[in-house]
Amino acid sequence: MSTQDKWITVCSDTDLVTNSGVCALLNEQQIALFKIKSANSEQVFAVSNWDPIGKANVLYRGLLGSVEKVNVIISPLYKQRYCLVSGLCLDDEAIKLVVYPVRIEQNQVQLQLVD
Amino acid sequence: MSNLINVHSGNNMRIVVVGNGMVGHHFVDQLIQENIADTNTQLDIVVLSAEPRLAYDRVHLSEYFSGKTADELALTTPEYYHEHNVKFALNAKVVNIDKLAKSVTTEAGEVFAYDKLVLSTGSFPFVPPIPGNDQPHCLVYRTIEDLENISASSAVSKVGVVVGGGLLGLEAANALKEAGLQTHVVEFAPQLMAVQVDNGGGRVLRSKIESLGVQVHTQKATQSIEAGETCRYKMCFADGEVLETDMILFSAGIRPQDALAREFDIAIGERGGIVVNDQCLTSEPDIYAIGECALWNNFIFGLVAPGYTMARAAASHIIGGDVAFQGADMSTKLKLMGVEVGSIGDAHARTDGALCYTYENQPLEVYKKIVVDSQQKKLLGAVLIGDTSDYDTLLQYALNDIELPEHPESLILPAGEGAAPGLGADALPDTATICSCHNVSKGDIIQAFDTGSCNLADIKACTKASSGCGGCTALLKTVVDSELTKRGVEVKKDICEHFAYSRQEMFHLVKVGGIKTFDELLEKHGKGLGCEICKPVSASILASVWNDFILKPDHVSLQDTNDTYLGNMQKDGTYSVIPRIAGGEITPEKLIVLGQVAKDYKLYTKITGGQRIDLFGARVEQLPAIWQTLIEAGFETGHAYAKALRTVKSCVGSTWCRYGVQDSVGQAIDLENRYKGLRAPHKIKFAVSGCTRECAEAQSKDIGVIATENGWNLYVCGNGGMKPRHGDLFATDLDTETLVKYIDRVLMFYVRTGDRLQRTSVWMENLEGGLAYLQQVVIEDSLGLGEELEAQMQNVVDTYQCEWKTAIESEQSRKRFRQFVNSDKSDLNIVFVEEREQIRPATESEKQQFSQAQVSEEKDTELATELV
Repeated sequence: MSTQDKWITVCSDTDLVTNSGVCALLNEQQIALFKIKSANSEQVFAVSNWDPIGKANVLYRGLLGSVEKVNVIISPLYKQRYCLVSGLCLDDEAIKLVVYPVRIEQNQVQLQLVD
Repeated sequence: MSNLINVHSGNNMRIVVVGNGMVGHHFVDQLIQENIADTNTQLDIVVLSAEPRLAYDRVHLSEYFSGKTADELALTTPEYYHEHNVKFALNAKVVNIDKLAKSVTTEAGEVFAYDKLVLSTGSFPFVPPIPGNDQPHCLVYRTIEDLENISASSAVSKVGVVVGGGLLGLEAANALKEAGLQTHVVEFAPQLMAVQVDNGGGRVLRSKIESLGVQVHTQKATQSIEAGETCRYKMCFADGEVLETDMILFSAGIRPQDALAREFDIAIGERGGIVVNDQCLTSEPDIYAIGECALWNNFIFGLVAPGYTMARAAASHIIGGDVAFQGADMSTKLKLMGVEVGSIGDAHARTDGALCYTYENQPLEVYKKIVVDSQQKKLLGAVLIGDTSDYDTLLQYALNDIELPEHPESLILPAGEGAAPGLGADALPDTATICSCHNVSKGDIIQAFDTGSCNLADIKACTKASSGCGGCTALLKTVVDSELTKRGVEVKKDICEHFAYSRQEMFHLVKVGGIKTFDELLEKHGKGLGCEICKPVSASILASVWNDFILKPDHVSLQDTNDTYLGNMQKDGTYSVIPRIAGGEITPEKLIVLGQVAKDYKLYTKITGGQRIDLFGARVEQLPAIWQTLIEAGFETGHAYAKALRTVKSCVGSTWCRYGVQDSVGQAIDLENRYKGLRAPHKIKFAVSGCTRECAEAQSKDIGVIATENGWNLYVCGNGGMKPRHGDLFATDLDTETLVKYIDRVLMFYVRTGDRLQRTSVWMENLEGGLAYLQQVVIEDSLGLGEELEAQMQNVVDTYQCEWKTAIESEQSRKRFRQFVNSDKSDLNIVFVEEREQIRPATESEKQQFSQAQVSEEKDTELATELV
């Protein structure tokens, strides 16, 4: 079943926590949602909640940060950093998180599932 | 009864060491290092000691009276020797050497074969042949057993006399004074410390020592010791005078312990001492002598540093190296009863043509003299009384033949009167010895930098410099700093790429700038978004300075997960719950609550090292309900998740214990309640022991408090963990008010100046001046910060809140504690299995089995995802 191009609402904008994360459950998939707010912009990111190195569903409880210009989520277990845009692990090239398209429409957080 | 120990194992060289004093042990340590470095050829080491214990620190022996125990004075342990295959026998006096068979025999008749024999028998105290010198309270000062005798005698004496006004004599006098005796020093020569100090210095030294309440009698020859009239004994002097005393301590010099060598025809010097060459070989091949029993160039070296050099020379010769003993500098710097004394080289200006410069300040009782050559180009010697701050510089001039400045007197004149600046580290040649205890030269330090050391702590660890007597601490720091600057290393203290500041600088930015949020800090002083380093640091600093609720929306994004969820995340993403149990005291009712909570939520329970109870396996969504129950029962958060005060461990104290002298539990509870919630660069642990038996292990804590008859002794900056460190005795016999004041100041000074994740131990080691500096700041208030530090601590105390109480009261905070923002389900990946009647996280393979079994049953319901 292809779910491409179909936006699914998972929660309200107000459920997100600024500069931190929450987790949504969608079709058995745990998805970590982050909202980064700076002086002149607000961005939302969605990646898989599974920490592939720590082997636990915890990434939404990590710290947000930046490495040079790259926005990252830092695993709360062993501190590996993952690019929020590509899902790539900055500390281990072989590892990558699933990244989900995400948007805010009319104060609703919407996701697209990926295969 | 020769036994297995006597059998050669393979082709290993067998080295028998007679004597296990400081030098003997240093020698053994050299061989151990060699065995570690070269695993192909192993040396079999056998140590035979006549004493009942292994090597201990005789240099600091007098500290036995100020509370150090024999264990603390120990330089090694049986475990260390076992670990490195060093065989040893105590109470094993060697009575026979068979040079032909190459074996020695102990008093007990045990025979030990050797390939190389090393005599490290040390010396014994010289007791002048005075009639009556063998009475029960006539004692000497050399071993721990001697000190025990002195202690016992002091307890039944009022007046004590030390015979001998040399270095050791004055140390011994200090010990008697500390023991509360009315103390006298009797010296045969016209002055004190006649070997190291000139007449002028001797005069100032005497006056300083007398002002401390010790009476000094010079030019006194004791002729007999008779029964006293007001005291136990009466000393009769050649000049007809008498002195009444209850005990007499002989400290009139040492004599080499050469009896064994003498008896078995090893060459002995005219006035005693086993004759050795530059390799420390005696007249016999394969027999060495080192330390105070050895006579080199007709000279006995009664200091530990030359003894260590001999040990290295002998060890080197045995393993085919080329380190030679070529005499030693006998310069010394020490503090006798708080009086600073320094002596360098030719203190008496005996060199032909030597000239002197002298500075004396009678009001301050400071005396300084330098001895220079006839050309006034080289420093030959110096005497410093009352102020040894110039010692390091002068010693380097003398040892390295550095040309003197145009006006040599500038080296000892007080600052502000044309004094020359201290000798810069750059002026020292690479061969300059920086640490004489461990023979570390400036070149060794440079080499340590070349091989990767990058700061003072690394250099100390790698070269051992400054870890002996500690006299070279300041000099070492100068050399290290100069070397860093030379390498163009701007000592970068930036905590991360987002802030070009050290933690201490960030602390000041926050405090001085009145900055209350991370965003503000980042905007004003940083860049980017921050990271796992600067965010928690900022949160900790903001908490230390303002003590806001850490889950306030402004702060929530800064915390590591443990702080955000107020629990310690475990490997499977669940949390542990540790409520505070102040001082380890808990009522049965509260114990039952903990048990009930664990039962209700099926948590794993374990007792922690800090006398609390840890409940494991709580899911994030269970935390608020668990804490609600706990708080209703009177518990509060234990901050186990935070870089903050953890626990104050205590023993049961005088309330129950037969030996306790103070209420350690009560004190522990008060301290824990005072400092709970204090955020710091790293975790902080305390302990309070109710007596000197130290059952609470306070000396392994950041703050250790040990009860005394008169109050509390405070120890600071100890820790267990990866690199254990005993706390340093900071102050003694404090009342509770002063104790709390000092702890306030120490901790707040640490909070303000510590680096990120720096425990108090490392913090103090990196403070320039170390313990003494911290004592100045805290006790003497040298920075004038005392009241400010106390006020800041009081603010933290006054604004304390239980974070869990605040968290569960707020709907917004409670919302954070859920796995899914859009579902009440639990994380299916968290799976437990049972072990020893409790739960534990399932392994990966156990989870796979589990999920295969589940999938078929639950597939239908799981697919029905709940959407908002």
